[in-house]
Amino acid sequence: MDKFLIFTVVGLTLSAVYAIVASGLVLTYATTGIFNFAHGAIGMFVAFSYWQFRFAWGMPTPVALVLALGVLAPAIGLLIDRVIMRGLRGTSEATRLVVSISLLVGLIAVANIVWEPGNSRPFRTFFEGKRIDVFVTTITYHQGITILVAVIVAAGLRWLLHGTRIGVSMRANVDDGTLTLLNGARPNRIAGLSWAVGGFLAGVGGVLIAPTLSLEAGSLSLLIINAYAAAIFGRLRSIPLTFVGAIVIGLTEGYLAGYLPGDNRYLAAFRPAAAVIILFVALLLVPNPRLRDRTHIREYFPAPTHSGMAMMAGAVVVVAVVMVTTLDTVSLISYGPVFSLGIVALSLVPLVGFAGQISLAQLSFGAVGAIAVAHHGVGGSPLGLVLAVVFAALVGIVVALPVMRLSGIYLALATAAFAVALDRWMFNLPDFDIGPVHISIFEVGSVSVDPVRLFGRDFDTPGSLMMLSAVAFALVALLVAALRWSRFGRQLVAMRDSEAACATFGLNLLWPRIGVFAFSAGIAGLGGALYAMQLGSVAPARFGLLNGLPIFIVVVVGGAGLVGSGLFAGSMLFGVLPFTSGWGPVFAKINSMFSGLAGIGLGRHPSGAVPVFSRAVSPLRNDPVVLAAMAVSMAAIYALRIAGLYSNWPFAVLLAAAGALAYLAAVRRSRATTAEEDSGADNEHGERAPVELEWVGITEPWTPAQLARIEQALDLDSIKAEFVKADLDA
Amino acid sequence: MLEARDVSVQFGGHQALSRVSIAAPAGQITGLIGPNGAGKTTLFNAISGLVTPTSGTITIDGRDVTGTSLHKRARCGLARTFQQLELFTMLTVRENIRVAADIRSRWARDHTDVGALTEAVIDRVGLREVADERTTSIPTGQGRLVELGRALACKPRVLLLDEPASGQDDRETERFGRLLVEIADEGTAVLLVEHDMSLVMDVCHCVHVLDLGQIIAVGTPSEIQANTVVLDAYLGTDARSAS
Ligand SMILES: Nc1ncnc2c1ncn2[C@@H]1O[C@H](COP(=O)(O)OP(=O)(O)OP(=O)(O)O)[C@@H](O)[C@H]1O
Ligand SMILES: [Mg+2]
Repeated sequence: MDKFLIFTVVGLTLSAVYAIVASGLVLTYATTGIFNFAHGAIGMFVAFSYWQFRFAWGMPTPVALVLALGVLAPAIGLLIDRVIMRGLRGTSEATRLVVSISLLVGLIAVANIVWEPGNSRPFRTFFEGKRIDVFVTTITYHQGITILVAVIVAAGLRWLLHGTRIGVSMRANVDDGTLTLLNGARPNRIAGLSWAVGGFLAGVGGVLIAPTLSLEAGSLSLLIINAYAAAIFGRLRSIPLTFVGAIVIGLTEGYLAGYLPGDNRYLAAFRPAAAVIILFVALLLVPNPRLRDRTHIREYFPAPTHSGMAMMAGAVVVVAVVMVTTLDTVSLISYGPVFSLGIVALSLVPLVGFAGQISLAQLSFGAVGAIAVAHHGVGGSPLGLVLAVVFAALVGIVVALPVMRLSGIYLALATAAFAVALDRWMFNLPDFDIGPVHISIFEVGSVSVDPVRLFGRDFDTPGSLMMLSAVAFALVALLVAALRWSRFGRQLVAMRDSEAACATFGLNLLWPRIGVFAFSAGIAGLGGALYAMQLGSVAPARFGLLNGLPIFIVVVVGGAGLVGSGLFAGSMLFGVLPFTSGWGPVFAKINSMFSGLAGIGLGRHPSGAVPVFSRAVSPLRNDPVVLAAMAVSMAAIYALRIAGLYSNWPFAVLLAAAGALAYLAAVRRSRATTAEEDSGADNEHGERAPVELEWVGITEPWTPAQLARIEQALDLDSIKAEFVKADLDA
Repeated sequence: MLEARDVSVQFGGHQALSRVSIAAPAGQITGLIGPNGAGKTTLFNAISGLVTPTSGTITIDGRDVTGTSLHKRARCGLARTFQQLELFTMLTVRENIRVAADIRSRWARDHTDVGALTEAVIDRVGLREVADERTTSIPTGQGRLVELGRALACKPRVLLLDEPASGQDDRETERFGRLLVEIADEGTAVLLVEHDMSLVMDVCHCVHVLDLGQIIAVGTPSEIQANTVVLDAYLGTDARSAS
């Protein structure tokens, strides 16, 4: 009995924190339509700041509390609304999602810069050591305060939403955004208020929970994923139901802590994952959402061209050859993931870019591939690689089946929950048997991976593995492009624009959704397997949710529908960033924020960065003469490097110089030819494709012809005609 | 032949349709008119399965499809266009139509040549010149033809058209009217929502008038034009401002 009460109190304390955090999440989502993945990260950041004020600088508790919760937390909320979220109106759900995930990654990066990880930061509870007797049990002051705060928050939110004018408008917003406008409330004020309150609640939750955990940016930000489960109970709309969900989850965790046999290795790991599993189950109970219609208006990804794909595949292999023949072993090891994890990045292109689905678990599928190759690739058997693809695809199907009817944030949450469940629970399981099948995972720790043996050759050096990964990358890139050219690919991009329309042609959306999920998971599995071979020995820590998020972000930033963005993400995250980080700690710090910042900037360029690059280099690409000259000179520079004439630094500088010269020459020549064409065909649009209308007057001069185009696009003629008709009628 | 009987739809507290019954016989064009917000699009959504009615039944060629999913209804021969264009912006006009034909060839299993069907539809709706353009670079009027083309590529027996002529000029509308008559003559049941009264009155065999979620009148075009209830509800404002 006593034990039961003790763990009831433990559970209710957790419930209180989850309720506080989740209600803030629900409030911002319901009033602004933005699901804030960074909600937990705000709480984490405020908790760190509170620690700084209270314990590092020794301020009195009330002052530190007012500074952290009264000033900083709402200010962060307001700042996020003003600077980042306001620009996102009218963007697709995927874009908004990436921005808030980037914010999560960015906040963790900033926290890790300000508060260097690894240092011990003692964080005392409120009124440490004091406890009171309630009925037959004792609770600490901290527990009492936590529960009390949750009650106050519940009462306060009720008062805000039912008792104040602006609160009533917020509630109206929950039901129907247009109603608010009719009520005369200003949406900007409502958004601002709900972000401020959301930030405040995240902060309160963070400060209350941090003392009972260690102060670590990543785990603190993710711990609050447990609170997301509570929010799903409330269908992201209802605050009372969110409280109910929080109580269920908190108590479950409390009782698991009390009653789960601690000596059972299979179950011990289950406790931290319980909330995530509840989240997954809660998602299954979400009613069918409306079919997606017309969401991605601002993004456009052209199909890859045959020549472009050939060039890309060739360039990947050539670059790999150059790297393998010039770099030392250490560098080859550190740049190894460019192509292997690049394949994981590539796996997002069909899923996110073509089909418009979201998966935050790609790296987890990579982990499945790694495990498969570790156990089945023993002695270099190629079967390991095959099974890596197969197992990852199968796991992808298992994850996808229950949640496939969901989309957008629900799918994002489901895959994130899956990634966390793997990370916290499954990956820590010892071997077990299901019937005749013996399942072996990471064997509690790490497993070693044998290099593969293909075509009678062992891929056992960093160089040969990089070559193998590069060739695999090129082949997968071609495969993804072929998918886009196929009938199935057309269907996927059609579904991305309008699932409703596809269904009205008689398409059962379930199969393409599952198909693309399995395809993409399989590719990720291959990438993970190659990565595992490069590492030689793999542990679950390499494949956590937080490790995967930057890949997701940078692929979307590159332009999720473009095969090139897989290469962009791979070379950026695992090539350029590690390289420049070597220049000094300042660069390393800036680089750690790269994916966060890049993702936040996405709101302004929803079609991604790769088209900007590829437009910039298009004069070079379309000029075979200069291109050939460049290739020859680069080959010569390379030959001299191989001959040992100079080391890598001059080599790199010479290569860069050759590239820059060729680029300048190509730009020169293309200018000259367009000038000729322009003078030749005056009134013609020439071969240039007309720019998107949004850019008229910005990248294109403003001409009467452009005006006519805009009028045509807006269909002004017919409107004019109607007005004229109305006039005549009257 | 499409039949909807006693269909009611509720959005929160708002009764968007109350016990609406409508029939669209094969080989005829049935008009559905009504002021903005009357519930026409909602009725289309209920018929095609995008919203779930609170009551009522929907049958296609005698088969009860109430409660079935969208794609099953499509496979029963139902096709529709959307008032808010649902074009595939990453694809060209031809590919838009081709996707529909592809999907159809999967479930119809009648060995139709997808490519040939696509080209035939392109010619039929008159999009040959813009076949290789992206759908974002063509005017709305032609966008509506793409929607129609996609629906036709499904070879439907029942065709729901939601304001297909808006954004078209008079000449295009006239051509469009002829096309509709042709489609109906082939035995398709066409249900047409349209604000262009002259088009409706020209081509429809029978017109239903919807106001505030209820059918207030049914009749031939000439009967509807003479109906004072309709004039009040629908043309009321126009009639008053004209006098
Ligand atoms: N998803 C929805 N949620 C809530 N209300 C809706 C929804 N869809 C439509 N409505 C409401 O139902 C009513 C009927 O809308 P509907 O779009 O069917 O009208 P309509 O006759 O097609 O009008 P229009 O001529 O402007 O196209 C309107 O009051 C509209 O606001
Ligand atoms: Mg409508």
